[in-house]
Amino acid sequence: MSTSARLGVLKTYKLFVNGAFPRTESGRTLAVVDTKGKLLAHVCHGSRKDLRNAVVAARSAAPGWAKRSAYNRTQILYRMAEMLEGKAEEFTRVLASTVPGGNRRAAKEVAAAIDRLVAFAGWADKFGQVLGNNNQVAAPFYNFTVAEALGVVCIVAPSEEPLLGLVSLLAPVICAGNTAVLLGSEAHPLATAIFGEVCATADVPAGVVNLLTGKRPELLAVMAGHRDVDGISAAGCSKAERTILELGAAENLKRVTVEKINGPAWYHETKMHAPYRIQPFVEMKTIWHPSGV
Amino acid sequence: MSPSPKIESKPELDFGNAWDYATAPEGTQVVIQEKYGLFINGEFCPPRSKQFMDTVNPASEVVLAKIAIANHADVDLAVAAAKAAFPKWKRLKASERAKYLFRIARRIQERGRELAVLETLDGGKPIKESRDVDIPEAAKHFFYHAGWADKLDYAFPGLTGTPLGVCAQIIPWNFPLLMAAWKIAPALACGNTVVLKPAETTSLTALRLAEIFQEVGLPPGVVNIITGPGNSGAALAAHKDVQKLAFTGSTRVGKELARNLAGSGKRLTLELGGKSPNIIFEDASIDQAVDGVVQGIYFNQGHVCCAGSRLFVQEGIMEEVLARLAVRIASLRVGDPMDKNTDLGAINSLGQLATIKRYLEVGTAEGAHMHQSTAKLPKRGYWCAPTWFTEVQPSHTIAREEIFGPVLSVMSFRTPEEAITRANNTPYGLAAGIWTDKGSKIFEIASRLQAGVVWCNSYNRFDAASPFGGYKQSGFGREGGRQGLWSYLELKA
Repeated sequence: MSTSARLGVLKTYKLFVNGAFPRTESGRTLAVVDTKGKLLAHVCHGSRKDLRNAVVAARSAAPGWAKRSAYNRTQILYRMAEMLEGKAEEFTRVLASTVPGGNRRAAKEVAAAIDRLVAFAGWADKFGQVLGNNNQVAAPFYNFTVAEALGVVCIVAPSEEPLLGLVSLLAPVICAGNTAVLLGSEAHPLATAIFGEVCATADVPAGVVNLLTGKRPELLAVMAGHRDVDGISAAGCSKAERTILELGAAENLKRVTVEKINGPAWYHETKMHAPYRIQPFVEMKTIWHPSGV
Repeated sequence: MSPSPKIESKPELDFGNAWDYATAPEGTQVVIQEKYGLFINGEFCPPRSKQFMDTVNPASEVVLAKIAIANHADVDLAVAAAKAAFPKWKRLKASERAKYLFRIARRIQERGRELAVLETLDGGKPIKESRDVDIPEAAKHFFYHAGWADKLDYAFPGLTGTPLGVCAQIIPWNFPLLMAAWKIAPALACGNTVVLKPAETTSLTALRLAEIFQEVGLPPGVVNIITGPGNSGAALAAHKDVQKLAFTGSTRVGKELARNLAGSGKRLTLELGGKSPNIIFEDASIDQAVDGVVQGIYFNQGHVCCAGSRLFVQEGIMEEVLARLAVRIASLRVGDPMDKNTDLGAINSLGQLATIKRYLEVGTAEGAHMHQSTAKLPKRGYWCAPTWFTEVQPSHTIAREEIFGPVLSVMSFRTPEEAITRANNTPYGLAAGIWTDKGSKIFEIASRLQAGVVWCNSYNRFDAASPFGGYKQSGFGREGGRQGLWSYLELKA
């Protein structure tokens, strides 16, 4: 009998698009190494075509997701929190081995990500009450302003805090009834790759969350210029990346939000759980109706 | 489906051209200077460019005055004045800031008649509209926002707002004073300072507003007004000390500004074009709906970004609606904007008239059927009779592009589902109208139309308390209401 250690199974993580786990159409992969440089796994090196496919999935899922009751979206976001809690150990292990800061930092990040999902689960049926209102117009009209989903939002997750950053940008977007195409942390893509498993088991309808791993220089301009994308949410961007996003977005006047959130700010609950983080991803619709008999 | 009643297409009482009304008495009572400088740092000053351009009364083609053309040096001065005024204006006690806005609102009301006449002379809109809509609404915007100045902590609970700095504001020629008020009032209420550029054909009322700022003692530099063509606006938008740009105008220019500002870190709000649907269901009150259609497309000669320029009529009532529409349109008076009985005034400029005429030709050439009111048009000035097209296909240019004139495209639909799909089938999303007496249908349709403003059994209603702005390529950001404050504040938890 051999005394050598059992050979581990090296997994290649796939993309998460339209509720399924396809490989990238490009056939390319990226190696993921741990902090000591040892090979841990491979992830898909997503292509422009993968991005366009994901947008198609997100667009077809958008009307159905927006039409679901807010209460139902609340439960699905909460289910995501439940599934993430169940995978907390796995995420902690992966983050600890790939992101400097070790186990303690990783556990803290995972806990914050779970709590963030819970917070936005709670917002799904309340943000409309906070962001909208009735308007006291000087005429016999009933006039009110309501918040509606934008549609399809592309998300550029930050490199740091690979899981918390992803969840912090994703939760406000889908909470409001938008569907999302998310490009995960370029430096640490494993959390993104595994997060697909959370979505797949949390009753998230196919196409509502689409997760890509890959490289920003290839994908940002395509996201920004895509005519069937309504909004962009990004964090951890250089000035040049921000310019690419805003320039492309001008083509069809996408709503672009580029946040500067660094280090401890990701853990600032008052700021990060505010309903105002949903505001950039809704449209305010004002409805007038005459009042009279 | 019941057979549609036949309506006589000729009005029984044809007041349209039966006799001439008396000339409006207030025609010449407003003093207009020969030449206007720029309003910078609380004073009117000659432009560094030394250049001026004519502003013309579009109803008579008479030159009213010369207005300055601001160049880069002028823009620099105006922005520098706004920047210098900002720290003190920002620190001013909010309730004091409010009182300046209240004062401005009152003076607009008190000088309302003068402003209305000037607006009509310079822009060509009917005096009844400038008197009853533009000027009172402009005053209301200052009144409404005055009250916000010391209540901003309640606008977005949990957040503290601080002003942004110098706001550049570029406005169009269709509602000159009202647009100035839409832009300036929230900016000032939130503690910002402003450089405003009115449209080149309609700068006179904004310059009169500058006089009001002097009258009420608004600190110099808090609002600066520079005039000139698009280049002056582009220079203003590009200025490094501008923190925020608010633009109302065409989608083409809006996109250009968005591209120019990419990566600059400047805040941007855009209120752009539209091709808004007005939908009449079979269960609507048809007389009301027809009046709403007229209000929707012929208000202000159709120079309205949210004009209801695509009319969708449910198939069963098409014949009746068209007949009644023809009767109603025949009764509209077109002509002297200073006549208080006038329904449609002059087209704002020769250039816009040419644009509209081009669309009329394209509409006919592509196979739509053109109808026009036979109203007698004055010999001088820029005029377009109220026009509507039938036999319009969704692919026709006149059904897709913003005309910005008194031109309506009429189309039919069968089911609510089809109405929604076709109404949303446009890159624009500014406004929409729905006509039906069924409440549940109103709410379902209203919630599914992609438009920032939905008028149910009404059209073209505006209020300072009511947010206005578009979905999709009609722009982003809101003006008016609580939501309008969002883009004039830096908000922090």
